[in-house]
Amino acid sequence: MELFPQQASSFAPHVDALYGFLIAVTAFFSLLIGTLVVSFAIRYRRRSPGEIPPVVHESGLLELVWTVIPLGLVLIMFFWGAAVYFRITRPPTGAIEIYVTGKQWMWKIQHGDGHREMNELHVPVGQPVRLTMASEDVIHSFFVPAFRFKRDVVPGRFSIAWFEATKPGRYHLFCAEYCGTRHSGMIGWVYAMKPADYQAWLSGGAAGESLAAAGAKRFQEQACNTCHAEQAGARGPSLVGLFGKTVHLQGGQTVVADEAYLRESITNPQARLVEGYPPIMPTFQGLISEEGLLQLIAYIKSLSPSPAAGAAPPAPSTERKPAKP
Amino acid sequence: MADAAHALAGESPPELQHHFVDLEAQKEASSLGMWVFLVTEILFFGGMFTAYVVYRASYRAAFEGASNLLDIRLGAFNTAVLILSSLTMALAVWAASQGKKNRIVVFLSATILLGAVFLGVKVIEYSQKFEHHEVPGPHFVVPHGLPRQAEMFFSLYFCMTGLHALHMVVGIGLLSWLIARARRGDFTTRYNTPVEMVGLYWHFVDIVWIFLFPLLYLLGRHTL
Amino acid sequence: MSTPAVIDTQSPPARRVHYLNARYGVASWLLTVDHKRIAILYLIGVTFFFAIGGIYAALIRLELLTPPGDVFLSETYNKLFTGHGVMMVFFFMIPGIPGVLGNFLIPLMIGAKDVAFPRLNLLSWYLFLIGGLTALWAVVHGGVDTGWTFYTPYSTVYSNGWVVVTAVGIFIAGFSSILTGLNFLVTLHTMRAPGMTWMRMPLFCWGMYATAIIQILGTPVVAITLLLVAAERLFHLGIFDPAQGGDPVLFQHLFWFYSHPAVYIMVLPAMAVISELVTAFSRKPIFGYRFIAASSVAIAVLSFLVWGHHMFVSGQSVYAGLVFSILSFMVAIPSAIKVFNWTATLYKGSVSYQTPLLYALGFIGLFTFGGLTGLMLATLGLDIHVTDTYFIVAHFHYIMVGGTIMGYLGGLHYWWPKISGKLYPEYWSRVSAWVIFIGFNLTFFPQFILGYLGMPRRYHAYPAEFQVLNVMSTAGASILGIGYLIPLVYFFWSMRYGKDASDNPWGATGLEWQTPSPPPTENFPVTPQVTGKPYDYLTAQEEVAVG
Repeated sequence: MELFPQQASSFAPHVDALYGFLIAVTAFFSLLIGTLVVSFAIRYRRRSPGEIPPVVHESGLLELVWTVIPLGLVLIMFFWGAAVYFRITRPPTGAIEIYVTGKQWMWKIQHGDGHREMNELHVPVGQPVRLTMASEDVIHSFFVPAFRFKRDVVPGRFSIAWFEATKPGRYHLFCAEYCGTRHSGMIGWVYAMKPADYQAWLSGGAAGESLAAAGAKRFQEQACNTCHAEQAGARGPSLVGLFGKTVHLQGGQTVVADEAYLRESITNPQARLVEGYPPIMPTFQGLISEEGLLQLIAYIKSLSPSPAAGAAPPAPSTERKPAKP
Repeated sequence: MADAAHALAGESPPELQHHFVDLEAQKEASSLGMWVFLVTEILFFGGMFTAYVVYRASYRAAFEGASNLLDIRLGAFNTAVLILSSLTMALAVWAASQGKKNRIVVFLSATILLGAVFLGVKVIEYSQKFEHHEVPGPHFVVPHGLPRQAEMFFSLYFCMTGLHALHMVVGIGLLSWLIARARRGDFTTRYNTPVEMVGLYWHFVDIVWIFLFPLLYLLGRHTL
Repeated sequence: MSTPAVIDTQSPPARRVHYLNARYGVASWLLTVDHKRIAILYLIGVTFFFAIGGIYAALIRLELLTPPGDVFLSETYNKLFTGHGVMMVFFFMIPGIPGVLGNFLIPLMIGAKDVAFPRLNLLSWYLFLIGGLTALWAVVHGGVDTGWTFYTPYSTVYSNGWVVVTAVGIFIAGFSSILTGLNFLVTLHTMRAPGMTWMRMPLFCWGMYATAIIQILGTPVVAITLLLVAAERLFHLGIFDPAQGGDPVLFQHLFWFYSHPAVYIMVLPAMAVISELVTAFSRKPIFGYRFIAASSVAIAVLSFLVWGHHMFVSGQSVYAGLVFSILSFMVAIPSAIKVFNWTATLYKGSVSYQTPLLYALGFIGLFTFGGLTGLMLATLGLDIHVTDTYFIVAHFHYIMVGGTIMGYLGGLHYWWPKISGKLYPEYWSRVSAWVIFIGFNLTFFPQFILGYLGMPRRYHAYPAEFQVLNVMSTAGASILGIGYLIPLVYFFWSMRYGKDASDNPWGATGLEWQTPSPPPTENFPVTPQVTGKPYDYLTAQEEVAVG
């Protein structure tokens, strides 16, 4: 019977090594206390009914020792755990971008080039994969035990996390945050494939419209281009080359234009206004679905030159709606 | 020592509960109990204050805009009413310590009256909100020119002032009970703990409003 | 500690008046203000809700015998685990030891006639009962399926169960908890007998004091949070609903701000019991009294600083994760200090293997192991993998069942002679202690393995490769269930047929043993004067020799 899941990602061995250390500490202290308690109970068992044992004096030194040693041990655990945590939470550059939408009770997955999957995710081994995740309804959690990968998918925000598969194979995908009736049915498979097999899979089957192209369409439909018109004197700031750049805000602060910033600018534009622009952007909260937001973000990302693999960006539309009087 | 006094008197005073050694111990316990209870109330309101602070930081423009829709004159009037009611309450406590039955009743009644005025003004404010469709829920209409998150401001406004109003109602109930006891002659120079304890409670409810008023009505106001 | 009467471990009490027979009739119980009777009322109440929670547990384990969800519908299963959590946490674990043992013992241990506010104490019991019955109403009328954690927006917008009714029931019971904590805190501050300084107070009282701090400071926050959830559901507000600009993670922060300290409300009283048991059954002063007392308060304070460790994967910032991780490690240290001090108490003691000690030793082993697995959860890199899996379920059951329930049972067995005036059959009590210990480990140890393998929590159906471990767990649960039924039987039996207990059947120190079993309503005919250190077995023995 298996006691541990497979190690199929780059950080799985690190997590397991940490677990091994903690198992050792747990076993040591459990056995120590268990042995001491049992042996004291036996060795010092009551031998006559009226027996009163002699005085044992307290020892401040002993208290110090058994406070400091555990303190030292937990500090080791903390730093080691933090190191593994940093590894897990820092996506490297050059990762493949995958977009995940969780909804009751399925996982909808979109590759940048338009490949859509339902409850399945195909990835190549040896390449980092960055998931940008959104929920259409309640909190879900994308959990792949073999990768030691888990991140909650919270409605109202993007969750971004990464992994790198190291071993080809088929691995369980579970939803790990209770989400209603079919929570235990919101499961699937992650297929890690050798790079050649992955390319073959990508080229086979209809890719469908790329996320960025869908985003371009939505950009038109929502009349974003009315203000973000990419010309001098436009009412809204330029979006070309925006993704990943530092933006100067009103009030002097700066922010890096990442997915979270872009999402917030659409749903709550007054929160962090760009310097030099009037606060006139309406909020689209509740008016655009999570998938729509992902499409728009993908489109805006495509307007920046980036080393990320994915579809070539469509040219910004030259069609203009007439400016409002 | 109080014990000696009672030993001299030969019997325990009627207000002394059987499990306390003397009146002083009983009063100490009551006092500590009421203060601890008020600490729990701080934590109770604190949850909502936390939510308000968090959302205000996220939705500054919406909150400032919505805040300007509150009637600051009514809010300020209510603040004055409550502060005055704390004065009358303090006077009631003083009167109780003097054992002056009639004055206790007068000051307690004044406190109730002021509390009722406060609640009456709140009724007016709430009904204004109903008329202007500023009550969150299916009939909410986003006020002109404000972002949608203005609804969050009003959700918190109703929850916070509503809970506060509920505490005022309970307070008025307690004050009525005190009036009944005062008229019976329960409060003497030796024993007036209940009046003091309700006084502490009333002052606390007042202080909550002192925090609510600036947070809800004053921050970010552009006009009076 | 000098006593008003000679320590008498031999003579049985004559037919006399005590708190149980002082007055008869239902009204004399339902309108009582005697802390000892209120303790009995709590005993009846928590046992009832424990039984309901236990039935839920049995049904859950029944479903999990096989991989597919073939016993219950998904909706039903979701209501089962929610009901189990809600009943056990809010109507058994939180009120349990404080309501039963805290109420009965605190006035006796400090030489007082009652708690500071006896009528408030009765109100606490009624609030507990009404809260529990309200939640039970929800159960009977279809249940609630949000999990005991009520995460939004599922609970506020999507769930079709009786969320508001259950939230109201928990809210009412929460006030019971607050008032109990307030009562105990004031009692311990103002009603200790002359000569009983803080440092002469029994460690049970220190533990209850620390618990009271948490009840007072933490519970109001969950109260307002549940109220906001109810308001959101009823009036369609958007406080936690992202569609209206709300933040589900804010709900989690507010919820866990209470619910983490709440687990210490559940474990500190049990630790307080263990301190008493270890010293009584080693017949020597507890090692490190000051350190155990201080660690209780330290745990209470630190417990408020760690709530974010429930949210490492929710979307908190990395820095928040680091802060909560280091603080979570810190809160483990005072617990470790207690374990070492208890162990040292046994050293060179005179250890007697009666049932309460068996429970104490079981607690020490299981709490140590369970607490160490808690360190695994504080470890950021590891928690990412195991959070929301059966690893978490195993961890908290080791603490709450292997810890708290064993402490509760140990305390019940230790003080039963005082509470009822009767002795239970020692043979059956030892048997059930072992059955419980074995059944417990078989139930929950496999769940650690299941969790690391990746089986998520709250799953109605699971992949076939997890079945063997689930079958083991269900087998253990059956044994555990039997283990819990045996004491129910013999405690009832003892009230009718048990031997009469003397004032101090264990030969222990402590003011509660200086009064008859069962005690008279007013506890002590004369207020005791306290002059010596606590747990001073040597001096007590000398006094017996002299007197």
